[in-house]
Amino acid sequence: MLRARHLLGIADLEPGEIEEILDTAEAMKEIAARPIKKVPTLRGRTVVNLFFEPSTRTRTSFEVAEKRLSADTLSVAVAMSSVTKGETLVDTVRNLEAMAPDIIVMRHSSSGAPHLLARLCRSTIVNAGDGMHEHPTQALLDAFTIREHKKRLQGLKVAIVGDLLHSRVLRSNVQLLGKMGADVWACGPPTLMPRDLPRFGVTATTSIVAAVERADVVMMLRIQHERMHGHYIPSTREYFALFGLTPERLRGAKEDVIIMHPGPMNRGVEIDSDVADGPYSVILEQVSNGVAVRMAVLYLLAGHEAEGD
Amino acid sequence: MPQVMDADRMSRALTRIAHEILERNRGTGELALVGIRRRGVPLARRIAAALHHINGDDVPTGALDITLYRDDLMRQPVGPQPVLRRTEIPFSIDDRRLLLVDDVLYTGRTIRAALDALIDFGRPRAIQLIVLIDRGHRELPIKADYVGKNIPTSPAESVQVRLIEIDGVDEVVVDHAEAV
Repeated sequence: MLRARHLLGIADLEPGEIEEILDTAEAMKEIAARPIKKVPTLRGRTVVNLFFEPSTRTRTSFEVAEKRLSADTLSVAVAMSSVTKGETLVDTVRNLEAMAPDIIVMRHSSSGAPHLLARLCRSTIVNAGDGMHEHPTQALLDAFTIREHKKRLQGLKVAIVGDLLHSRVLRSNVQLLGKMGADVWACGPPTLMPRDLPRFGVTATTSIVAAVERADVVMMLRIQHERMHGHYIPSTREYFALFGLTPERLRGAKEDVIIMHPGPMNRGVEIDSDVADGPYSVILEQVSNGVAVRMAVLYLLAGHEAEGD
Repeated sequence: MPQVMDADRMSRALTRIAHEILERNRGTGELALVGIRRRGVPLARRIAAALHHINGDDVPTGALDITLYRDDLMRQPVGPQPVLRRTEIPFSIDDRRLLLVDDVLYTGRTIRAALDALIDFGRPRAIQLIVLIDRGHRELPIKADYVGKNIPTSPAESVQVRLIEIDGVDEVVVDHAEAV
């Protein structure tokens, strides 16, 4: 069972809990193949999706997961909410809580925002991405996809290439993969390289050839233009020339390598279209698996809800 | 802890049930077996093998996990969620005669959940219920069509079906539950 009643980050999970989530997701995946893609498990529960940052994939994925578990869902579009009138985060959430939701799924541009709410709220909080900090369900669905193809995580060489500095996907993934015994390599330009990578047991390199060499998994990260307020890269063309994943660069990888991307992709910036749409790409599988993994997380957390009542 | 069924008796009960299935359904046409996880699944496979042995037909066999349909799932105030296992029904259940298999029939709530789950997979022509042990104390209007053995019990007792595939031994024992 999960010890905490919130899912704030991979940092809080033990290897056994990660495995429990992945095993549960495996059972959840079959529901998508049924004629009626719905089970009554969370009937009568209310889940609020509170997204303070734009998101298509994660928000719809959570919504589909909630609906397949029969929860009542409501999605707050922040652009049309009182937040634009100057309400603080805590006040917004306190007002939503007055309507007694059971689970709040939230994304926020500030690192640590869900942690703050978890301390103040009675609801279960699920972090759907906080600033540059964590995106735990993305790392879980990535691990699920890897495990489906490789049957294990232990001992795999996983190369993560791209904008490492701004990436919460990287921070969640290096922790999860590290806990599960994978050999993680991180590759990007020196300006986009966080200083604390060695702390997580990650091999950092600026050579994409070295990172991809004999890799079982290559995970590409998006160049996050919206977070780049300084001059981190000279141009997207130069970035692609040095760090873009092309069919030629992929040759050094293992024969059964899989290519992943959390989306949204910038074709021709971090990844060549021939690779993104090629035979090694599992990018769309990641999206379908996301629903099963989020169903597993909601199901496992729902057992904790009544705590503190 | 008295043993109420050993491996021999279990095997004979399953063979008898296989014969009853053939008699009642006049053959295996349109039949399919669905075992309820966990111990209904090996029992369903054994009945499929018995049917094959009798008349050479292969009856499709699936596995059903009813966890997500349980009526007590979100009722415990705090606690670990039951382990979810995979449902595998690799055939269409539309217009089939489904044979639902479980180890022990008690309150009937598991079967209620299983019926709800099956309806989400399609519209079978009929669903019949096979249980190895019927121990009484129904809380819902549910009755088995094929029973390995009726065992009168008190609610304070617990009935354990052990199968080689899961527990390493074939037997049924009745235990007096610890005083609550």
